[in-house]
Amino acid sequence: MSGARARLGSWWRLAQLPVLAIVLALVIAAAIIIVSSAFTGTGFFPLLPLFAYGALFAGAFASDIALNNTLVAAAPLMLGGLAIGLGFKAGLFNIGVAGQFLAGAFASAVVGAALAQQPVALAVTASLLAAGAAGAALAFIPGWLKAHTGAHEVVTTIMLNNATALLLAWAVTDLVRAPVFTFPRTGEIGNSALPVLLGRNLHLGVPLALITIFAVRWLLERTTLGFEIRTVGANPNAARYAGMPPLVIVPLTMALSGLLGGLAGGIQMLGVIGFYASGISASVGFDSIAVALLGRSDPIGILFAAILFGAFRAGAPLMQITTSVPIEIIDIIQALIILFLAANLIVRRVFRLRAPGLGIEGATTVTRTWGEQVRG
Amino acid sequence: MNLLFIPRLIAELAVYLATVVPDLLPIVLTLATPLALGALCGVLCERSGVVNIGIEGTMLTAAFMGYLTGFALHGSIGAAAAIAAGVVVAMLTGALLGLLHAWLCVTVRADQIIAGTILNVGALGLTAYFNRLIITPSGLGGAGVIPPIVFGLGPIALATLALVGLIHFLLFNSRWGLRTRAVGEHPKAADTVGIDVFRQRYQNVIAGCALAGLAGAYLTLESTGSFQNGMTGGRGFIALAAMIFGRWTPIGAFGGALLFGFFTALGVIVRVRPAGGELGDILAAIPSFWYAALPYLVTVVILAGVVGRAIPPAADGVPYEKEARA
Repeated sequence: MSGARARLGSWWRLAQLPVLAIVLALVIAAAIIIVSSAFTGTGFFPLLPLFAYGALFAGAFASDIALNNTLVAAAPLMLGGLAIGLGFKAGLFNIGVAGQFLAGAFASAVVGAALAQQPVALAVTASLLAAGAAGAALAFIPGWLKAHTGAHEVVTTIMLNNATALLLAWAVTDLVRAPVFTFPRTGEIGNSALPVLLGRNLHLGVPLALITIFAVRWLLERTTLGFEIRTVGANPNAARYAGMPPLVIVPLTMALSGLLGGLAGGIQMLGVIGFYASGISASVGFDSIAVALLGRSDPIGILFAAILFGAFRAGAPLMQITTSVPIEIIDIIQALIILFLAANLIVRRVFRLRAPGLGIEGATTVTRTWGEQVRG
Repeated sequence: MNLLFIPRLIAELAVYLATVVPDLLPIVLTLATPLALGALCGVLCERSGVVNIGIEGTMLTAAFMGYLTGFALHGSIGAAAAIAAGVVVAMLTGALLGLLHAWLCVTVRADQIIAGTILNVGALGLTAYFNRLIITPSGLGGAGVIPPIVFGLGPIALATLALVGLIHFLLFNSRWGLRTRAVGEHPKAADTVGIDVFRQRYQNVIAGCALAGLAGAYLTLESTGSFQNGMTGGRGFIALAAMIFGRWTPIGAFGGALLFGFFTALGVIVRVRPAGGELGDILAAIPSFWYAALPYLVTVVILAGVVGRAIPPAADGVPYEKEARA
């Protein structure tokens, strides 16, 4: 009995800061909704946040369809969150998940269309492998540059995000455009589509993402490589003296992170979107930052954070339709959650917490390597 | 195949670029303006020891607030006054976000990259939210743009040229500049001789972000006259690369901004003033998407080539703790 209580207590000690940060973010976002309610057609309406959050909840959880939508939206966020969280473990901030997501989506769309008539097992496997490989290759570049030239991955990955989006727009216009359509897009993916397992849209990518959560957890906690990644993140000098070369670990971690980002694009492409066209949303890339921070870079934490943000994404359209509160309030809530996690003293003061600090330690070392060369 | 065609093409390219300089220069300067202002923001912040990757978000929010002010006021107080008010509001918006960033980095000692990320994510959300609520449904335009004064350059572009020189001079020849560099290189020593490290960092970050706000005002009120979601398009990050390229000096950073402006302008000029002969065929055959991606790729290449040899201020990104044992 007391054992269960102790376990609950230790669980709460871990979760209280993220949970309270979410609560505080929702309160501030509610204030923004009230202030801006004058523009929503209802006129000034202090109760609008209740209706908006109610619709958000209904769109995310209130029916089987809503629940499936939440899980389908959460799956790429799990992979994207793992991508960023894995980088954090090694002291790397891979903001390039948005670009790796696009690269993975593109690669799986092209390979998927080419294998559209092949057996499902072959078509799906090959398309997903292509997605992972594309993401890994794209992320390896900033990883290698970081290790060998000191170019900070935050700037190089964001530049590569922009360049990737443009070059893929060119590729889909001039290289791999499927001729039967009126606008530039890739062909039908046919048998490469991820099989639907439940309801209308719950596809194979959801269990795949769940398995990946535990695979990454195993990698980080039970393998030599995972230990090396964590050591490089915690103290690169110690890692070097212990014979773990940061020069190898840094590019490798970036490539692994990119693999996860590419897979996120792959399951979104093969499970939801179905074809690549320029302008497909890469919002997963940025949502993943908040997911990784909220989940403290821990795979299980990322699982819960991804389901939360999946719920936000799944419920937001219903909220916008029924209450005309723009879906972009989700981005605002995200920024506020990161704000309250980073500045956790606000949360502590508001809720009078006395427990010792459990902030976003996983990410607090990111700034250290600004302009500094990795030595191996 | 005769390989001599490569040096010949390069020579032709040089001649072509020389002939289009009169057309190219104003385009480069206008493209470099927001990058230079963003890079100045970076220099001010990082010289005092605060890393700011939130320049992008600061620019975007200020661009929106400036546009919104012009949009709301031009009916009642006239376009010129509304634009002027918009520029002021944009700079104040920047300063306010600078205050937030300084508070997070200096007082709270949060991770500075995360603090910048908050600005960037929040800016995308807030601007798109209010854009959808206020501007899009109205179907109305903004207050227009500030007309150019000389060489196609408007007042903000011209002011940027002056600001680059002024801040460079002050950074290396004034009490403020000395204090800024001291706080960024060795805050403990600066503290010992009575310089308020926290205050100096707050001042610099707020002033720098006001300049990033001016860059935002430039985008909506001097350059395009409209607001689109995410319209900064990575300029805040290119500005950081320009700052590193310029080794944390204002004039050097301006050089970096010109370089990136040049690579962006290339895609424009080959359409406006096509080259003749074989070179013209080649330049015209390159897809416009490649030209658009060029400045981003150049940023990566230059960063990779320069950064290892460019040394940031010693205390850059390190929060100062008065009680810390050094």
